[in-house]
Amino acid sequence: MNMTTTVSYLDQSDSVRERFDRLKQREVVLEVKGLGKTYESHQGPVTALEDINFKTHRREFVCVIGPSGCGKSTLIRILAGLESYSSGQVLLDGEPVQGPCRDRGMVFQGYTLFPWLTVKKNVMFGLEVNDTGRTEAEAQARQWLELVGLSKFADHYPHQLSGGMKQRVAIARALANQPRILLMDEPFGALDAQTRAKMQNHLLEIWKNIDITILFITHDLDEAIFLADRILVLKAHPGSVQELIEVPVPRPRSAMHLTSPEFQATKARLEALIHPPQAESAHSEDDDVMPQVIRMTDVSDNVE
Amino acid sequence: MGQTGWFAVRAALTPQRRLMLGIGSFVLPLMLWCAVSYLPFVWHPQVLITQPGDVDYFQVGMRVDKDVFRDESQAMKEAGKALPMGEPANPVYLPAPHEVLKAFYTAFTTPPEQKDAPWLHESLWQSMQVIFWGFVLSSLIGVPLGIVCGTYSAIARLNEPFIEFFRYLPAPAFGALAVAILGIHDGPKIAIIVIGTFFQQVLVISNTTRKLDFALLEAAMTLGTKRWRLISRVVVPGILPDLYRDQRVLLGWAWTYLIVAELIGTSSGITFFITQQARYQHFENVYAAIAMIGIIGLGIDLTLAWLGRRLFPWDRSAGKQ
Repeated sequence: MNMTTTVSYLDQSDSVRERFDRLKQREVVLEVKGLGKTYESHQGPVTALEDINFKTHRREFVCVIGPSGCGKSTLIRILAGLESYSSGQVLLDGEPVQGPCRDRGMVFQGYTLFPWLTVKKNVMFGLEVNDTGRTEAEAQARQWLELVGLSKFADHYPHQLSGGMKQRVAIARALANQPRILLMDEPFGALDAQTRAKMQNHLLEIWKNIDITILFITHDLDEAIFLADRILVLKAHPGSVQELIEVPVPRPRSAMHLTSPEFQATKARLEALIHPPQAESAHSEDDDVMPQVIRMTDVSDNVE
Repeated sequence: MGQTGWFAVRAALTPQRRLMLGIGSFVLPLMLWCAVSYLPFVWHPQVLITQPGDVDYFQVGMRVDKDVFRDESQAMKEAGKALPMGEPANPVYLPAPHEVLKAFYTAFTTPPEQKDAPWLHESLWQSMQVIFWGFVLSSLIGVPLGIVCGTYSAIARLNEPFIEFFRYLPAPAFGALAVAILGIHDGPKIAIIVIGTFFQQVLVISNTTRKLDFALLEAAMTLGTKRWRLISRVVVPGILPDLYRDQRVLLGWAWTYLIVAELIGTSSGITFFITQQARYQHFENVYAAIAMIGIIGLGIDLTLAWLGRRLFPWDRSAGKQ
């Protein structure tokens, strides 16, 4: 807390401000206007998302963060075209989107590699269903595998790979289609902490080197700050935008930045937004359950 | 805690134990059969007459119940006449293992009782053809329909309620109808196997298709896969190993309909052989023929299982069977 007294998450160094100015000069890739979704449940209509508005510029890295039940997964699935919405508009390069299409690639938390295809054929899949010739698709797949560092595993099947490797293949598979935007739904959520850190660095490396815009969902605050240019903070019941934070941490980023004042200030702000102190209304269902643990051992037999 | 011995819950078996237990599953029932056949004090409810004595209706080689034999012996003893002699025997319908084993060979070498009747190998070949065509015809429609039902809820709803109803109608009930429509030869037999297999097939395969992880379909859609290609490039390859396993099980069902099917119209195939042999009380041939069906069925299944492991190298559940 003492950090926030010296540095605010709103303070940007000159170089960071300059970067944001340049970023905002770029064309808008994704625009979400007044997006809302309601669905019928047993208890009547439920508003999952309400009046979501934001713009994403080309080659921007946006993270979406929010408490459980804020509809961040619903949002990304709507953007991917996998779910319907009730109101508003989703525009990609100014055109409204309809259903899933190759211009919006997606990486899922559960890898979703095709188990019957080798790593190389998984990466070729998107190209082949979009009528790229086999030899051309193979040549491109090799390049993408090179990019994610899995050339040696081209002929392995997914079940022979570790979680981190599977997610690299999934990223390569999505990128091979050369989408305008890459949607990532908690892609590193199932990985252990070490692999996760490696994958974050790797993803930044990829993002830096190719022309791709990334919308990344996570519930990990550190991950969001480490990766994002801007963080879209949602709140729950109904899911709506709470704040769009411009991350003041300079790039290129490394593990060093995790302890920098800008990083800590941003994290403090995110925590205040997502876990408000003594929340009255917007707390999750889990908080209602307060277990009453009875002493069931010898009273003198203490462990701490 | 008990996870290393014979009763370890769901533990993988060592290759030696697998082999040993696999052989044991055949040896144990065989040993039971041997015990009943070769140990005179186990069961043997009859007496095989070796010397009729003075009992006027006894003949050498005749089998009578133990009680009858005892009563007659008693009667002869009281009358002071020659006693009959005999040894404990099982009824004629339970031949000993060695007799059946011998029949495996002699059944092929013995000419049929009737002149123009088929030899055993011809009967077996005919049965296999009936099974083959019944199963192929059923699969030609059943497999695609099952996949489509498992993919599109609307098509499933349009088909499945009727199929659910129809699968409860016993296939043999259509025997007379099939003969009236298709004649008395192989047509109605194939039809019975198709009726018995098809409706189960559609339901089993549509269920298998539904079990395909929906996330894979979503991933394919976000990669730009549309309609027909979604089926040909995701659904079909995705369910292929399970589909293959289903087909193996369904082929087993087709076999169970064979005997009833072959009784329809002119009796044919292995069923014809079995009924003929039973009529002449050659029960060792009957058992041999029944066992042959089992051996052929198991043989085909093992071959298909072996083939499946080569066809689907990515399928990890195959190795666990």
